[in-house]
Amino acid sequence: MGPELEFEKPIREIKDKIAELKRFMDEKDIDLSGEVGKLEERLVALEKETYGKLSPWERVQIAREFTRPTTLDYIPLLFKDFLECHGDRLFGDDAAVVAGIAKFHGRPVTIIGEQRGRDTKENIRRNFGMPHPEGYRKALRMMKQANKFHRPIITFIDTKGAFPGKAAEERGQSEAIARNLYEMSGLGVPVISVVIGEGASGGALAIGVGNQILMLENSWYSVISPEGAAALLWKDAGQAEKAAETMKITGLDLKKLGIIDKLIPEVLGGAHHDPKKQSELIDTALSAALTELDKMNSAELQQQRRLKYRKIGDFDTIENQTQD
Amino acid sequence: MKKKKYATVPSKRSGQEVPEGIVMKCPKCKKIMYVKELKKHLYVCQSCGYHYPLGAFDRAAMIFDEDTFEEFDKDMISENPLQFPNYMNKLDKDRKKTGLNEAVLTGKGKIEGFSAAVAIMDKGFRMGSMGSVVGEKITRVIEYADRQHIPVIIFSASGGARMQEGMLSLMQMAKTSAALKVFGEHGGLYISVMTHPTTGGVSASFASLGDYNFAEPGALIGFAGRRIIEQTIGEELPKDFQTAEFLLEHGQLDQVIPRSKLKHVLANVLSIHAEGSAAGGSGTGI
Ligand SMILES: [Zn+2]
Repeated sequence: MGPELEFEKPIREIKDKIAELKRFMDEKDIDLSGEVGKLEERLVALEKETYGKLSPWERVQIAREFTRPTTLDYIPLLFKDFLECHGDRLFGDDAAVVAGIAKFHGRPVTIIGEQRGRDTKENIRRNFGMPHPEGYRKALRMMKQANKFHRPIITFIDTKGAFPGKAAEERGQSEAIARNLYEMSGLGVPVISVVIGEGASGGALAIGVGNQILMLENSWYSVISPEGAAALLWKDAGQAEKAAETMKITGLDLKKLGIIDKLIPEVLGGAHHDPKKQSELIDTALSAALTELDKMNSAELQQQRRLKYRKIGDFDTIENQTQD
Repeated sequence: MKKKKYATVPSKRSGQEVPEGIVMKCPKCKKIMYVKELKKHLYVCQSCGYHYPLGAFDRAAMIFDEDTFEEFDKDMISENPLQFPNYMNKLDKDRKKTGLNEAVLTGKGKIEGFSAAVAIMDKGFRMGSMGSVVGEKITRVIEYADRQHIPVIIFSASGGARMQEGMLSLMQMAKTSAALKVFGEHGGLYISVMTHPTTGGVSASFASLGDYNFAEPGALIGFAGRRIIEQTIGEELPKDFQTAEFLLEHGQLDQVIPRSKLKHVLANVLSIHAEGSAAGGSGTGI
């Protein structure tokens, strides 16, 4: 199940104890089932307590869990007949963005997702899931194709951000992101974006201008990573835990703020504990979102998406404020 | 536009011997110049060509024909959506410092007789960062231009997203870009002028989406910060990295335009569009 996180230690300890008692029972042929039963009860209670009230920082850690399922892990579990499509037709192919076509419950869809590696070698190849401009331009190419063939678009957000590199700037990182925001707002097909892990800054938003934004319970989505926020705001990256709270980056917080539409529950302990079961939970949410969006025609989808973003903002006028 | 104007150029360098407001020391060539003289030359150093950052009101005064500028949404101010500690105090301070209520001034006016809607960012207010108010005011001015069938010009000057508004600030990127998309679909003309600095979420949204993308000489323009890039790639970047000239060379800009020529170039674009499309730039009244 991957390396345990700091706050999971007490759970691991009880699990170890139960295993030890069971081994002892087998070896010595002594009946300790009463005690094992008690420990198992305690385990259930402790897991419920621990995972039931995760702090934002604990969720960030789960979102970063190395074994957490990625776009390419979910694709075979959610879709059939996936065909990956490479390249932006301008410069190259960015392995940090995966795109292609497939069927979702028999229906053609376009899939776009950010993709980190599942081991060190792959991580290097995929640039740790941080796209270059060609990644965003590949995504846009595939979105336009989806629009042409009236296919819904499903995007999976999972990135620490757009890559802060020399080549990325030279090739117009800003323009690539901006262009995606511009074009996505005008698409005439359903666009559903799912934040499955990390979602940082314009690098996440560049494939996230959807009719509906869904978020896994233990994922995060923010204008900047907690470390980046802490460094900028308090000149101390060590205050990331505080930033994770203050910046309101969890699905729960963003649902309250009206930024995202739906929170997708995770299996106990996080998606990595049972990717298959997790994909079923995502499937349910995607199916529901598609059913809702299917009621709209092309113009209505455009309009709904535009209004959704048009309404985001919190402001006042001086007359309405009591002056001190 | 009879509001408070900048009394001095907001550029403070340590070790500056001379009192501010009378003379200024060029941060680039260190030459000392009378502010009066500088002002006459649109705050451009006559010795080395350094373009001082301009406050929004100064910019409006420089671009629009006299007494034609009319401000929009002047009283719009930020709330504190995340209940971010100390945020409201910081806004208060910057209001007093700049005479602006937020980091962008919007309105309409005439440029050599051609009507245009405009948004001018001011880096003196919270580093020109984009939060809800900046996003809303820019969106509204685009919508206004759309309704009136006049062009819109946006002068960017921004450090990026307003951290204290979290995701609400990130979403302003989508909001402003979506407004430009509608405007564009209706044939509206949008001119983007990037001034020092245009970075982060502003660079990666409306600033890069002009039908024409211009920049002032020497302006810093880019998505990621220089230091972060250097840390990431482990090498020192060339000196001109992320300057307007660098972007021009890499195909990201139509032109780099010195401040002294800017108004005329804008008027020229407006006039060419006024000949062609009806929605693209009506030269007649607002
Ligand atoms: Zn100089």
